[in-house]
Amino acid sequence: MGQKTSGVLTAVKRVRGGVRVSHNKNTAALETVRIPVPSRVVIPMQMHIGAPCAPVVNVGDNVSVGQLIGDSTAFVSAPIHASVSGRVSSVGEIKLPNGNISKAVTIESDGEMRLWEGIEPPKVETREDFLKAIRSSGLVGLGGAGFPTHVKLSFPEGKIDTLIVNAAECEPYITVDYRECIENSWDILSSIKTIKELLNIPNVIIAVENNKPDAIEVLSSIASKEDEGVDEIKVMTLTSRYPQGAEKVMIQSATGRQVPPGKLPSDVGCLVMNVGSVAFVARYLKTGKPLVSRSLTVDGSAVANPKNVRVPIGTNIGEIFDFCGGFKKEPKKIITGGPMMGLAVIGTDLPILKQNNALLAFSESDMLKKEGDCIRCGRCAFACPFGLQPTVIERYAKINDIEGLETSGAMICMECGSCAYSCPAGKPLVQTMRLAKHLIKEAGDKK
Amino acid sequence: MSDERLLTASASPHIKSPATTSRIMLDVIIALIPSLVAGVLIFGPRVLAVTGVTVGFCVLSEYLSRRAMKRSNTLGDLSAVVTGVILAFNLPSTIPLWMAAFGSVIAIVVVKQMFGGIGQNFVNPALLARIVLMVSFPAEMLSGWANAFAWRNDNIDALSAATPLAALGDGAKELPTLFQMFFARPGCIGEACAFALILGGLYLTVRGVVIPVIPFFFVGTVAVFMLIYGAATQENALTFTLYQLLGGGLLLGAIFMATDYATSPLSIKGKIIFAVGCGLITSVIRVFGNMTEGVSFSIILMNILVPHIDRLTAPTPFGVVKEKKSGKKKEGAEAAAEKEAAKA
Repeated sequence: MGQKTSGVLTAVKRVRGGVRVSHNKNTAALETVRIPVPSRVVIPMQMHIGAPCAPVVNVGDNVSVGQLIGDSTAFVSAPIHASVSGRVSSVGEIKLPNGNISKAVTIESDGEMRLWEGIEPPKVETREDFLKAIRSSGLVGLGGAGFPTHVKLSFPEGKIDTLIVNAAECEPYITVDYRECIENSWDILSSIKTIKELLNIPNVIIAVENNKPDAIEVLSSIASKEDEGVDEIKVMTLTSRYPQGAEKVMIQSATGRQVPPGKLPSDVGCLVMNVGSVAFVARYLKTGKPLVSRSLTVDGSAVANPKNVRVPIGTNIGEIFDFCGGFKKEPKKIITGGPMMGLAVIGTDLPILKQNNALLAFSESDMLKKEGDCIRCGRCAFACPFGLQPTVIERYAKINDIEGLETSGAMICMECGSCAYSCPAGKPLVQTMRLAKHLIKEAGDKK
Repeated sequence: MSDERLLTASASPHIKSPATTSRIMLDVIIALIPSLVAGVLIFGPRVLAVTGVTVGFCVLSEYLSRRAMKRSNTLGDLSAVVTGVILAFNLPSTIPLWMAAFGSVIAIVVVKQMFGGIGQNFVNPALLARIVLMVSFPAEMLSGWANAFAWRNDNIDALSAATPLAALGDGAKELPTLFQMFFARPGCIGEACAFALILGGLYLTVRGVVIPVIPFFFVGTVAVFMLIYGAATQENALTFTLYQLLGGGLLLGAIFMATDYATSPLSIKGKIIFAVGCGLITSVIRVFGNMTEGVSFSIILMNILVPHIDRLTAPTPFGVVKEKKSGKKKEGAEAAAEKEAAKA
């Protein structure tokens, strides 16, 4: 760690506010392992942000890995592919962890994982080819947001001057991005070169938190080899402070630019991509195999053998926990994603989605504090990376003061949870912020 | 339902920092202990009786008023205990116990619970109770000063000591030495030992309970003011300033009362404005007002301004920095130009 690798940049700006969370990266040293072929997968037709897909297969159809099973004509959407080979047993509905009802295709696996014969590496020579290929790969942001990648990449040429590869991984427990950096660093670099060339982006910053020195080491050594004196691909170390990996925070740390409210990263010339998504692009261009599996960290106090696993999309959560030795204590809370922003689910009979980067199970009956009254200590305001004052917003929300809510900047909240994490009174401030946004939108609709 | 084990499905975040309201209040109590010990050593065991009464009545009033208002029991957050101790610190050790009890009821019932309980009071409960007692019972509040360590020898003179600040004003009476001022001097229970107060303040800072912005700027403002005033009017401005800083309730107020969460601004900028305001009002009252209540009144007055300070110093949300500010300035400039035009 003490050795300083040449050419490693340090952050331009520190995270404003934020919180220090215990990292709990227990699985950092564990190589990603493949789960045995699941007996059945349930693949929802809406995993990404945007329009849902319509199933293009029928009950009884035989499908193979990588075959298209759902698609949409909408721009903001991503096609969905079969993740196992086998027979479609039902095309029905499923309730997703976020409460939405979605169509879903259930495939009974034949255990063979036969690749679809139509799979071939895409021919990519121009920007248009590339965007088309990314769309047909079904790629969405693998860092947790699930935004269709081809949409993100469809910016007017010349608008972006910096690609930031996000390997911050500031959420506790999760180590899949770290493993990606260590295990597939060549994929990451080859992807970066393709994106840089085809989309004409001059600068690339690979941003890693400083608690992952080996990832920084590996990436910077490859970057300097690959870069050959051009010096346009740089590795940057960032302070490990939550929420360092949040898009707007990341842009500010890496470039010093602030994305104004209601604007997109591209408006300040930046494109931020999760390191897992970037690595996938290289593999897809090489093989043509669409996004049918992903890596995730399985951890938490209730899990017997925490692991990093690679699973087909649509694998049952319960089956993944079983692969990790089941539960050593009765789980009281199961989360898809990290403990700061992840979604608590009500049971284990749910499929893994494209954007799930972790599966955590905790035995603590209730990890929340009992809610008390606000003591105005100001910890929420000091923790907010966006300079909001959640305690003030809470007061406005309580009395439905729309004007107050609007001027307080509630709309820019990204729900990172730093305020609620630090609140000594145990206030559910993220819910308050959601309420505040809802009230503003509702008032706007009435007008 | 019977098959499925029930899981907790609450909103994120799913982990929480170890900080809790009761832990924060416990830290404040721990920070107050050195001064309480000093108070007992300096003014005798009666200090324990006074503190016991204020804490007891604060807790009792909190419990009963919450019950009467059909609200949840909040004794567990320990804030009533903190108010009790701080109130005792603001009283002379000789105060009749029933007056101490009366003050406690005022602090908790009138100032705190009637405005909604913890975090909702707009002025510091203990301070307002002190002022109510001061106005109601000036004799007991102002002339019962015990000399430091006088309780050990039944000295009749024990009760006639003036507070150092009053002595400083009179000029005639003998002043304690600066050493005495720092470690043991006549005054209210909690203000007698500057050393113990600073120790408590350091503990709060280390524990992250307070950011020492308010104490620093409060005391700093008084220091600057007194140095300037002292240079103009006194023989030795530095000594005069030191007596001013160590005298009265300045350290007690700056460390433990002006930093009260509920009645101080949220942002650092706001805290600075608040503290400088406290320092200025304290100095003005001490120099020109001819009374000893500088610190109490300054904090109470600035407490009332906190909502306005908060509004004026709210941080600019992420990404809106330049646009808004320049827009506002323009508006202001335009408005000023219009006004001038109207005048002309």
